[in-house]
Amino acid sequence: MQLGPSPASALPKPASWPVWLLLTLAAAALGFWMHGAGLDYYLSMISRMMIYGLAACSLNLILGYGGLVSFGHAAYLGIGAYTVGILITEGMPNGWLGFGLAMVVSALLALVIGAISLRTKGVYFIMITLAFAQMLFYLVNSVKAYGGDEGLNIKMRSDFGLGIVLKNNLHFFLLVLFCLVVCLAFMHMVMRSRMGRVVLAQRDDDIRTEALGFAVYRYQLALFVMAGAIGGLAGALLVNQQNYVSPNLMHWTQSGVLMIMVILGGVGTLAGGLWGALLLLTLEDLIAEVTPHWQFYVGWVLLAVVLLAPKGLSGLPDLWRRKPTPPSGGDA
Amino acid sequence: MTWILFLEQALNGLQFGLMLFLLASGLTLVFGIMDMINLAHGALYMVGAFLAAWLAQLTQSFVLGILLAVPLTALFGMVMESTLLRTLYARDHMSQVLATFSLILIINETVRMIWGTDMPLAAPASLSGPVELLPGLYYPSYRLVIIAVGLVLAGLLYLAVTRTRVGAWVRAGASNREMAMAMGINIKRLFTLVFGLGAALCAVAGALLGPLMAVQVGMGETVLILAFVVIVIGGIGSIWGAFVGSLLVGFVDTFGRTLMPALFREIFPPQVASAAGPAVASIMVYLLMAVVLFLRPQGLFSRR
Amino acid sequence: MKALRLTCLLAATLIAAGSSALAQTPNRIKIGLVSTLSGPNGALGEEIRDAFNLAVQLNGGNLGGVPVEVIVGDDQFNPQVGKQLFERMVKRDKVDFMTGVVFSNIMLAGLPEATNERVFYVSPNAAPSPLAGKECNPFFFVASWPNDAYHEMAGQHATARGFKSAYLLAPNYQAGKDSLAGFKRFYKGKVVDEVYTKLGQLDYSAELAQIRAAKPEVMYAFLPGGMGVNFIKQFVAAGLNKDIRLLLPGFGADQDISRGVGDVMLGINDTAHWALDLNNAANRRFVAEFEKAYKRLPTVYAAQGYDTALILDATIRSVKGNLSDKDAVRKALREVKFDSVRGSFRFNTNHYPIQNYYLREVKKDAQGRLVNLLASPQPIATNHGDAYVQECTMR
Repeated sequence: MQLGPSPASALPKPASWPVWLLLTLAAAALGFWMHGAGLDYYLSMISRMMIYGLAACSLNLILGYGGLVSFGHAAYLGIGAYTVGILITEGMPNGWLGFGLAMVVSALLALVIGAISLRTKGVYFIMITLAFAQMLFYLVNSVKAYGGDEGLNIKMRSDFGLGIVLKNNLHFFLLVLFCLVVCLAFMHMVMRSRMGRVVLAQRDDDIRTEALGFAVYRYQLALFVMAGAIGGLAGALLVNQQNYVSPNLMHWTQSGVLMIMVILGGVGTLAGGLWGALLLLTLEDLIAEVTPHWQFYVGWVLLAVVLLAPKGLSGLPDLWRRKPTPPSGGDA
Repeated sequence: MTWILFLEQALNGLQFGLMLFLLASGLTLVFGIMDMINLAHGALYMVGAFLAAWLAQLTQSFVLGILLAVPLTALFGMVMESTLLRTLYARDHMSQVLATFSLILIINETVRMIWGTDMPLAAPASLSGPVELLPGLYYPSYRLVIIAVGLVLAGLLYLAVTRTRVGAWVRAGASNREMAMAMGINIKRLFTLVFGLGAALCAVAGALLGPLMAVQVGMGETVLILAFVVIVIGGIGSIWGAFVGSLLVGFVDTFGRTLMPALFREIFPPQVASAAGPAVASIMVYLLMAVVLFLRPQGLFSRR
Repeated sequence: MKALRLTCLLAATLIAAGSSALAQTPNRIKIGLVSTLSGPNGALGEEIRDAFNLAVQLNGGNLGGVPVEVIVGDDQFNPQVGKQLFERMVKRDKVDFMTGVVFSNIMLAGLPEATNERVFYVSPNAAPSPLAGKECNPFFFVASWPNDAYHEMAGQHATARGFKSAYLLAPNYQAGKDSLAGFKRFYKGKVVDEVYTKLGQLDYSAELAQIRAAKPEVMYAFLPGGMGVNFIKQFVAAGLNKDIRLLLPGFGADQDISRGVGDVMLGINDTAHWALDLNNAANRRFVAEFEKAYKRLPTVYAAQGYDTALILDATIRSVKGNLSDKDAVRKALREVKFDSVRGSFRFNTNHYPIQNYYLREVKKDAQGRLVNLLASPQPIATNHGDAYVQECTMR
């Protein structure tokens, strides 16, 4: 049984743009209200969740849609964060430069890692992405000039000009919301395009797709680079949110956490990563108040989801309505 | 570098490699026969160490602690296999990765709830001093014991796999599962057995390394990665590959930790050298794996 | 479906916000204590927490005459977790003071969360050198000792004992760098080698082989907590203690380490600003009460945690419980007078302590326990400050 939606329902439904717009406006309104009500701490908490949601969505692009189990995705998050962090530390807090460079560097990194890794398959692919992530982790750890394993504190947030003051929690929340919506729209358009169809086809049977004449490797690589760039963007946002970045962000267990978010929210769905992130981080905070052993409960929830509800949160309605999942192709 | 230093570091590398082998051998068989990625393998190593520490405290004997912990961990492993993991064989690798990742979380926290975050485990006092192997070459006796146990177990494992009927079944299953089943081998029972054996080996490694490193929650994750690196280098399903791979990784890591800083210190100031040295040594292990994957993607001694 | 999910999230947030707002009880001083309470180094945080709580308890649950709530968090030896805890305690729980962190790297990650919101941090341990000098902070006070101090004293002692060559080892983080810099500042012999290991490293086989090859007369290792236990055990297991003398900073040979290592610790010398048998009334009471409450002897970490509570007690009393005037609180902190377990104590202009230091030795007490006691009641340094105070331009 394959994890994720079956081929027939895998394509994202055509966007109901009015619903998207309404949701975005509602979220923005929520932000304004919370800021006015003095709930800045919670606003910043929600911003953090949304940033992780963005990172998880970028992972879902290659994991859910592409079928590529990359254990090294957190590396892009980290590289994006460090790019911005280093620039700010060196006295260049310009947001356009920082964020732009973060995305470019992450994309380049994804290009290099992807070019090599995508030549392998299956468990070898998993291992080699993990190896690259660990290499980066150790490399960054050893650069003492930027904190090493103590991490890097940054004294101010990125400066975008135009009257945007990121120190203001509301401005920051709106920036995160903006990035999230834009990226989701972008991913939606990619998956609705011809490229998206090829990607889904190769996920289910890459040999057959190749036989049909598509250069599967190139499509995979392009997807990989896109996911990397968005991951870098998430990293740039994260270092701003925390005013801090440490090599721990790039550790393979962080990639694992992103994967958990993806599966909780729904593998191979557009916003699955976002819902998964919101759910996981909220659960974490709430359960952690009650017991320090929150990982125990999260572990069981996750296991249950993998075994019983492979489509995650997005698949719950189907489960409730007892809609039988169409038989999928792929390995028995 | 003097001869004494070289020999001492070689012994260190051997010790590290042999412990890795104990972990990697179980992992490679699981992967080889049942085609399952089991991230919870490191958790078995941790459970073995905690059981050994707890039992050693109860019985006031290190040896008894290990001897009791090993079968208990094997039992735990077999129960885990026959209940939870069996449902994953038919699933794709991603599901296996995610399910076993969540198992890590569950097992880590369960251990923490039962025993706390860490437990002390001390080697027997008789082994707390050095042995003079050659004039001027002193080596901790405890580490020598580890090397001895590792070599003996490796030898026994090799004999079991190559000279016994069960071993033949294992090799058959690793080469071609369907064919083995068609030939009448009860692959399900074989697999539970292999899993239990793997868990037992993990427990030995965990208990032996406990006095040197710390018996703490999360100790499995660090070695897990190295174990995977080893089996990828050695070839999935091959015990011999796991042995060669483990030693290779052990030597590369140990020598890397000492040669790299020495090299770097000629060039850079001490703090940079001492951070970069160990960092580059760890990277060397992954570079080794990447090179092997590039040149021979199925690993050095793969059976496929 | 999506709208439903969003509404649920909104509801959860509101409930959480509401409940925390309701939880604000007035007229109570809140102190956030973040420390390493788990893992191989968890013993250190526990010492600080236990001693701090003991002081509060002995004062009837008050400090400075005002009821106190101590909110404890475990940083899990992870700077990111520590930083998040600081943020939560300062921004959501609205604590009045922060304290607790053992390790400098974690403290440096979390400190801005407090100082940016004008919340005072009184450190019961971590005291990195940059904050003593150029980066001194009006909201940062040190109740322990400057990171270099023990090591300076050790270097001085090593010179006095006539050790001609020394091998140095420390983990590669701020306190590690401070420690070896301090040792070298006062050591006049030859430093054979200076090695930085990974913070949290537990297996020193490779480094021990190098030490053996280098043949120094004295080995100085700065390895707190679990790292120290492992290193000393492995040092002895490799037979290195036969030819090389081991010299340690105070906490490197303290009760938690000797419990873990055993009798081979006997006779080891170390330097510290406090010892179990320091002869003053406050210390005698502290040691007795600590042992009664927790069934173990306190270490320097506990002594520091206890003193931190006493400092806060005297400060709060001095401003009569009114913490809103930050400048008044700072003045009270700067001029604080209290009966410290270490004897004489006062803050320097950079908020780091000026105090005495002693040579200690690991011996066995009447009950056969390994304890770290004064080698001699005479301090090896009196009213010693730190080397960075001149660089601090704070007024």
